[in-house]
Amino acid sequence: MFKIIHAEFLAPGIKRFIIEAPRIARKQRPGQFVILRIYEEGERIPVTIENSDCARGTINIVVQSAGKTTHLLNSLETGDQILDVVGPLGKPSEIKNYGTVVVVGGGVGTAMAYPTAAALKRTGNRVISIVGARNKELVILEPEMRAVSDALLITTDDGSYADKGFVTDKLRQLIQNGTRIDLVVAVGPIVMMKAVAEMTRKENIHTVVSLNPIMIDGTGMCGGCRVLIDGKSEFACVDGPEFDAHRVDFAVLVQRNSMYRDAEQRSLAEFQRIASAEATARELEHACAATRASRQGDRQ
Amino acid sequence: MSPTVKKSSNPLPMKERIKVPRQLMPEQPAEERAHNFSEVNLGYNPVLAQQEARRCLECAKPTCTDNCPVGVKVKEFVELIVAGDFLGAAAKIREDNVLPAVTGRVCPQEDHCEGKCLLSKKVKPLGIGYLERFVADYEKRMGTHVVPSVPPTGKKVAVVGSGPSGLTVAGDLVQKGHKVRVFEALHELGGVLVYGIPEFRLPKQIIREQLDYMREMGVEFETDVVVGRTVTIDELMGEEGFDAVYIGTGAGLPQFMNIPGEHFNGVYSANEFLTRINLMKAYKFPTYDEPMLDLQGKDVAVIGGGNTALDAIRSALRLGARQAYVIYRRSDAEMPARAEEVHHARQEGIDFQMLTAPVEFISDGKGWLTAARCVRMELGEPDASGRRRPVPIQGSEFDLPLSVAVIAIGTSANPIVQSTTPGLGTNKRGYIQASDETQRTTRKGIFAGGDIVTGSATVILAMGAGRRAARSIHEYLTTGEW
Ligand SMILES: Cc1cc2nc3c(=O)[nH]c(=O)nc-3n(C[C@H](O)[C@H](O)[C@H](O)COP(=O)(O)OP(=O)(O)OC[C@H]3O[C@@H](n4cnc5c(N)ncnc54)[C@H](O)[C@@H]3O)c2cc1C
Ligand SMILES: Cc1cc2nc3c(=O)[nH]c(=O)nc-3n(C[C@H](O)[C@H](O)[C@H](O)COP(=O)(O)OP(=O)(O)OC[C@H]3O[C@@H](n4cnc5c(N)ncnc54)[C@H](O)[C@@H]3O)c2cc1C
Ligand code: SF4
Ligand code: SF4
Ligand code: FES
Repeated sequence: MFKIIHAEFLAPGIKRFIIEAPRIARKQRPGQFVILRIYEEGERIPVTIENSDCARGTINIVVQSAGKTTHLLNSLETGDQILDVVGPLGKPSEIKNYGTVVVVGGGVGTAMAYPTAAALKRTGNRVISIVGARNKELVILEPEMRAVSDALLITTDDGSYADKGFVTDKLRQLIQNGTRIDLVVAVGPIVMMKAVAEMTRKENIHTVVSLNPIMIDGTGMCGGCRVLIDGKSEFACVDGPEFDAHRVDFAVLVQRNSMYRDAEQRSLAEFQRIASAEATARELEHACAATRASRQGDRQ
Repeated sequence: MSPTVKKSSNPLPMKERIKVPRQLMPEQPAEERAHNFSEVNLGYNPVLAQQEARRCLECAKPTCTDNCPVGVKVKEFVELIVAGDFLGAAAKIREDNVLPAVTGRVCPQEDHCEGKCLLSKKVKPLGIGYLERFVADYEKRMGTHVVPSVPPTGKKVAVVGSGPSGLTVAGDLVQKGHKVRVFEALHELGGVLVYGIPEFRLPKQIIREQLDYMREMGVEFETDVVVGRTVTIDELMGEEGFDAVYIGTGAGLPQFMNIPGEHFNGVYSANEFLTRINLMKAYKFPTYDEPMLDLQGKDVAVIGGGNTALDAIRSALRLGARQAYVIYRRSDAEMPARAEEVHHARQEGIDFQMLTAPVEFISDGKGWLTAARCVRMELGEPDASGRRRPVPIQGSEFDLPLSVAVIAIGTSANPIVQSTTPGLGTNKRGYIQASDETQRTTRKGIFAGGDIVTGSATVILAMGAGRRAARSIHEYLTTGEW
């Protein structure tokens, strides 16, 4: 059992958790993730470690509600427990002095890019960060990103905050202005990472993306997380999650992530039906326990 | 043992014994069991067990025991069954084998004990596996496990991995008074016994009870720890104060064929397929949250001919597959799976496409699998393994329509521990180097065994390595000599 010692919404549907996990806190490096399972019947999902505090023995994660598991997770509160948290998994980001690095974070990807940006800054890089979100409310970690960036550029899709547009618009401007860029790190929705990759490929700028395939064990055992890199299968949980963007087959990633779409939608709809109207975690928990109990009969 | 010849309690005269047929294992009817996950074999009752036991020839040189990787004293435990002392028989097995309920079910007996049973020269071998299972299950029903109490030695041992190998080491060492802590990467204990081998061959309850017993003996378990990532072996032996470490991490990495289309939706590795089913209970979706592709009415094939392949395809059948194929590139004789499983699979209606290999997967153009393009093979000259090499027959290509394909062509070494433990020697395939006799690795205080040393093998070989390791770990801890 892993205790949540603090939980707060950063934006609608995006929540930060501070979790007691001393072993993981001691080992975490930027770019690494954990796999967690909330309760006995739960699935295992990967989530990036946004930060860790070795002395307190805690890790932070930032979770965006997508399907049932992340909705359920985001209904948990300070004091609740998570059944399993394992990590840190994946290769850490390669942190060294590249010169000027542009860190691009889209949506919740900003939280995933943050530890890498911070480490790059500490290593003496000039860090230009570009943060994109759908609207003002969804811009997260602005002060944190600002603190580790030499410059912070923000875009919103609808223009409700900062500049209207996409992160790629800012990146294009940087390139057009003749900014010398030694490395681009892009973390966010697959379409965004793909767009960034296409833009920097033309400019020959080395670009790293953090891929998010479906995972189970996170140790290289199942092969479910395989992604096509230069036409060859690699396992994102052990060979990644970061890869050279110009070698990634994004179409296959999108295709494989759609594998369970029907089941996921059914699962979420059922969950929302149960959880509808009431807002507190306690009620939700009861609802979950009740459905679990009511389903006991199905098992035979 | 006393030199005087013991009088056998077997009432059957020697020459009568080979006239008694091997007692059949009661099993669920094939048409029924093809639709459920309950155990296929139902087990002997005491009458059947004693009838079978009386067939033993009580050989002066029991080749059965010589051929068991842990040297179970077959003749002696079988005699105890004849005498009606089933608990005594269980205790006799336990002297050499801590998981008889498991090995009785999953050992490839035809390659080990039964393969060299004297009876098999003339008739069917003694049902050693069936008898082993019988006494283990009998003992369990009687609930007579005694928890031994031993004075603590003050030494601490870390066991990495909770498969049969690690569990054997833990069980043996805790009985010597050492403090033992098992670290497991997954959220459940048991290794392949829980995430690989399905319920219909090995009920998980057996593993759960074994684990409870080990907890009672004082073994500590910590799940969700990937050694090498969450904590390194050097940290275990340093800050955490362990005096010795045993590595039993198994051969867990799935191999792929590297043929076009392996990334299509619908192509699984056997590990993923079986993990979704056994560990994550995806077939109980949506009660359990982990999804898997719906197999109801679908055509499913597994590629490979080992136990893993058969477990995967028989699971698919139980989940409603319409056609369930095994695609294997060699012939029956070379299939590495347990003979009983092949037999059971045939009874259940699995379609064996022998001497066949896929060369490409075909999709609907949107990334979903629709067929496997296969070629027929013929057997050519023997290869390095001594098996005749399959050679494709020109122009024999055909498309087998499929919604799901499961690749079960083998596994390789899990590198996480090796790559994070400086000085730990490995062979060129990445498996850990360890002495055959002592299971010592190239690093002082670190031992290894099971699939991570040998490559994919069997439960009993992994346990045998565990037993040897426990012995030499104990020796190392008491003498300090390396
Ligand atoms: C290495 C790694 C790090 C990650 N870090 C974070 C993080 O820090 N914060 C965070 O909120 N999420 C992160 N994710 C994504 C997160 O794991 C998924 O959002 C989660 O598994 C979805 O589970 P669900 O049951 O809520 O949704 P599901 O019902 O499984 O899916 C809902 C929707 O999300 C899509 N989806 C499914 N799986 C994934 C996936 N792995 N990634 C993206 N979309 C997916 C589906 O296609 C579907 O449309 C990470 C993924 C990986 C692989
Ligand atoms: C589907 C299937 C069917 C089989 N059927 C049979 C059969 O019928 N008969 C038979 O004799 N054999 C069978 N086998 C083979 C047999 O299961 C293995 O040979 C045996 O389990 C090996 O035991 P082990 O203890 O070495 O490793 P495993 O059983 O593989 O256990 C290793 C454990 O270590 C854990 N681990 C790995 N890395 C780490 C790490 N870094 N930190 C912590 N923990 C870690 C793993 O999660 C796992 O739990 C089968 C195998 C499979 C896959
Ligand atoms: S442990 Fe396996 S090989 Fe040995 S006697 Fe028992 S069934 Fe036979
Ligand atoms: S070889 Fe066969 S007949 Fe001889 S003792 Fe062993 S089990 Fe009995
Ligand atoms: S998640 Fe199973 S191999 Fe990567």
